Amino acid sequence: MTTIDATNPVPEPPAYAAATDNYLTHTRGFMSWAGTLDHKRIGVMYLVSVLSAFFLAGMFGMLVRTELMRPGQDFLSQDQYNMLFTLHGAIMVFLVIIPSVPASLGNFVLPIMLGAKDVAFPRLNLFSYYLWLIGAICAISSIFFGGVDTGWTLYVPYSTHGTTMGGVIPVAAAIFILGFSSIFTGLNFIVTIHRLRPPGMTWFKMPLFLWSIYATGILQVMATPVIGITVVLLIVERAFGIGIFDPSLGGDPILFQHFFWFYSHPAVYIMILPAMGIISELIAVHSHRHIFGYRFIAFSSVAIAIFSFLVWGHHMFLSSQSPLMNVVFSAITFSVAIPSAVKVFNWLATLYKGSITLNTPMLYALSFLFMFAIAGLTGLHLGTLATDIHLHDTYFVVAHFHYTMLGSALIGMIGGLHHWWPKITGRMYSEFWGRIACGLVFVGFNVTFFTQFVLGSLGMPRRYHDYSGPGWSPDTTALFFKYHLVSTIGSYIMALGFFLTAAYLIHSLFRGRKAPANPWGGRSLEWQCASPPPHDNFSEPPHVGDCYDFSVLEWDEAEQGYHWRHDLPREPGEA
Amino acid sequence: MTATETHAHDHPDFLQHHWDTPVQQFEAGKMGMWLFLATEVLLFGGLFVAYAVWRGNHPDMFRFGSRYLNTTMGAINTAVLIASSLTMAAAVTMAQRNKRGALIILLSLTLAGAITFLVIKYFEYTHKFREGWYPGVMLYERPAHAESWIDDYPTPRLAGEGSSPVVPAAFAGGPVAEPTTVPPPAVAPAGVDAAALAEMDGIAADHDEHGRTHLLHPAQDPDRPANAHMFFNIYFMMTGLHGIHVTAGVFMLSWLIWGAARGRFTSAYFTPVDLGGLYWHIVDLIWIFLFPLFYLI
Amino acid sequence: MTDGTDGHKTGEQHAVGHIVPISLLVVTGAGLLVLTAVTVLVASFDFGAANIWIALGIAAVKGSLVVLFFMHLLWDRPFNGVIFVTSLAFVALFISFAMTDTFEYAPDMDTGDAPLVRQKLAELEP
Repeated sequence: MTTIDATNPVPEPPAYAAATDNYLTHTRGFMSWAGTLDHKRIGVMYLVSVLSAFFLAGMFGMLVRTELMRPGQDFLSQDQYNMLFTLHGAIMVFLVIIPSVPASLGNFVLPIMLGAKDVAFPRLNLFSYYLWLIGAICAISSIFFGGVDTGWTLYVPYSTHGTTMGGVIPVAAAIFILGFSSIFTGLNFIVTIHRLRPPGMTWFKMPLFLWSIYATGILQVMATPVIGITVVLLIVERAFGIGIFDPSLGGDPILFQHFFWFYSHPAVYIMILPAMGIISELIAVHSHRHIFGYRFIAFSSVAIAIFSFLVWGHHMFLSSQSPLMNVVFSAITFSVAIPSAVKVFNWLATLYKGSITLNTPMLYALSFLFMFAIAGLTGLHLGTLATDIHLHDTYFVVAHFHYTMLGSALIGMIGGLHHWWPKITGRMYSEFWGRIACGLVFVGFNVTFFTQFVLGSLGMPRRYHDYSGPGWSPDTTALFFKYHLVSTIGSYIMALGFFLTAAYLIHSLFRGRKAPANPWGGRSLEWQCASPPPHDNFSEPPHVGDCYDFSVLEWDEAEQGYHWRHDLPREPGEA
Repeated sequence: MTATETHAHDHPDFLQHHWDTPVQQFEAGKMGMWLFLATEVLLFGGLFVAYAVWRGNHPDMFRFGSRYLNTTMGAINTAVLIASSLTMAAAVTMAQRNKRGALIILLSLTLAGAITFLVIKYFEYTHKFREGWYPGVMLYERPAHAESWIDDYPTPRLAGEGSSPVVPAAFAGGPVAEPTTVPPPAVAPAGVDAAALAEMDGIAADHDEHGRTHLLHPAQDPDRPANAHMFFNIYFMMTGLHGIHVTAGVFMLSWLIWGAARGRFTSAYFTPVDLGGLYWHIVDLIWIFLFPLFYLI
Repeated sequence: MTDGTDGHKTGEQHAVGHIVPISLLVVTGAGLLVLTAVTVLVASFDFGAANIWIALGIAAVKGSLVVLFFMHLLWDRPFNGVIFVTSLAFVALFISFAMTDTFEYAPDMDTGDAPLVRQKLAELEP
């Protein structure tokens, strides 16, 4: 603070100095959180809830992995095993990954990045949080209704006739409610980006994170209603037996899969697009270099959003979909690779000759690049009709989508969490432990899931409780045992990394160094307000510049953060 | 010259703190509503897909099932919804012109239209339930898990109970050429046959309990195509979902009338009336498509 | 105000919303009722395969009247129209892909009649 002198015509925004009151201390008491309309508090509530659900579903996943470590039944019965992997999938997809970035980090960061005071519809925002909560209660209550063992896809006829467990309807209802929570979030963000941009914030001055959230919003609004009607039909079918998807009543079970994947394929991009937006920010900020190909990255987000609607049939190559549609969907699937690769090459070009800081967010960003490349390239194997026949429903598929959802989407989210942690909490976490934990997660993840690619291509089917006994040759069992063992050990390493992350983040809340307003040298608007931000975000309208031009910032040793270079004049709206 | 400076001296009560001008808030609300309507279109869109797939595969099933719907009632309901849409649109105009009395009257007329629609729909539904025209397997039998909630209705008059229908060779794989296996109706009144059925496209069956004519149960019709119940599936799903939306509209309109009576809406702030209107029109719009697709085949 | 963003620009330009005169609304409503009568009347003639397209065509005209005049889209921001048309386009995409697929595999489907199938399944139960 003391270094600011009179030669600087417009000093750093006064929020730096006026940091005595922030959104955390603005009001107090339980009701000030439960009834809050502040997007930052709603974002924090989402963050805590989503991470709790992540812990729960992660534990389910660990139990499944532990059971699979050795052939034969260890400690989970077949029914318990089926229930656990179903809940692991359903909670991870609908409660964690879909709302993870947009609803938690997006809610916190989006209006500030945009320079707005709040999202367009604050009440709708709070409502969508409570919908999430009701959906979470519904989903978890399914355990008390007898559980679900259909897999997260709820395919008919398993979910209508095959299962004797009673949890299908609660889970389906949860999906319906969570769907509307997601719709309202997306709707809110689209309107916010259209209507609340302050003077000077044009479409092409927006940080790329906002472009990806915008593209995600399109998907949330246009695809999610279809899963809504799908689960309504499923509930009616199961409760009253009306036979819409029941072939013995003249219904069509393939139609269910069309319904399901018309949403659930775009949903994959609801998960990955926001993470891609985070990566665009992390790579530019932490290599202190202007993002390469801004417009290409921006438009590739929108292109991915549109392409993602045209490829849902590639989940149904072996589900009696007609050969004609198989060929069509396979061909379109390959075209999604184009905008995805555009992004990756632009990120790489940004890194080239950048002054890279290998701190925790950057390490997560680099992990993302590595794992997203594997995720994308193995997707080509599955999108090819001939190879998919061999790989369908094997561990190859399991590994592929874990590389996408955990290795890319959630790793991106955790990278973003570290990036914005000082902004959200006003505290710095331990960089040393951050790097260690990131390394553990990276190694653990790859050990867990890369082995599963091999396992899958050798023929281990997914969703199997056991791989020994009648029908299994002892050689096969012995072979698969090795891979399962390695995979399970990897998952323990990964879990250790996540627990370590939780530990040092929670520790930083109490013992962490106070965060400066701009610890990384970011140019987007959220780094112009204090850490944590004040209740109204900006005490005066922020100055919008080129959010990737880092040459105007300099490091301040006293403050342990970046601020505007003293030798440069600061004009409102300068480049 | 910034937005915040204009705040202080021109910030009406209805303007939330994060908006600069009422127009900005209004436009945002409207855009949000249009996005919500897009989700409604896609929600119903899923059912239209199911309709298209089944009708494309089984056109005869739809021709057959449509005869059991009452075109007159459907047409009256269409007219009722169009009229209420008109009064709703007029209500928006009146709100914009600050005419509170006219606004309350027009909203009440719209509400009356919504309730009339639901009453007519109620008669259509109860008529079908009384005759045992349930969707799905319930058209033929009462599944155990459905017992409790349909106990109020008599068992469908399914013919040939106790006899054993012959399973056609077609079950082994080929198409069902002629499902001749359903025996003649057990309670067929004199003078009613399948040929007459097509013309009895009305509520004549209501008179049945007074000892007069009644319609054949679809399951008893010897000319019935395979899986005739599928028509009732999609009919009940689509009109049911639409009915839920009309019911929501009733609550919304009541809330708007209450607000209008309290004088909440002025020419400067009529956003709830306008957005409620948009919702009500989309309900009308969907019915405009449902009517010919079910009643006029 | 020199900014180029949508929200602020309009704030300076015109009042809230567009007022549609009652007379225009009444004409639209009358047109909708007439078209309803027409579609009921036309349905009593059999045009074969064209039946559904005639019915849908009339419904589309009616729908356009509702959207353009009752819902003010004619005077509204074009982007709201884009949203609406996009949603219709996605429904069309969904219908066309799903129908193409079912028509392709329809010849392989077993169209057994439900009550008889149920009967047979019951007999097969051990």
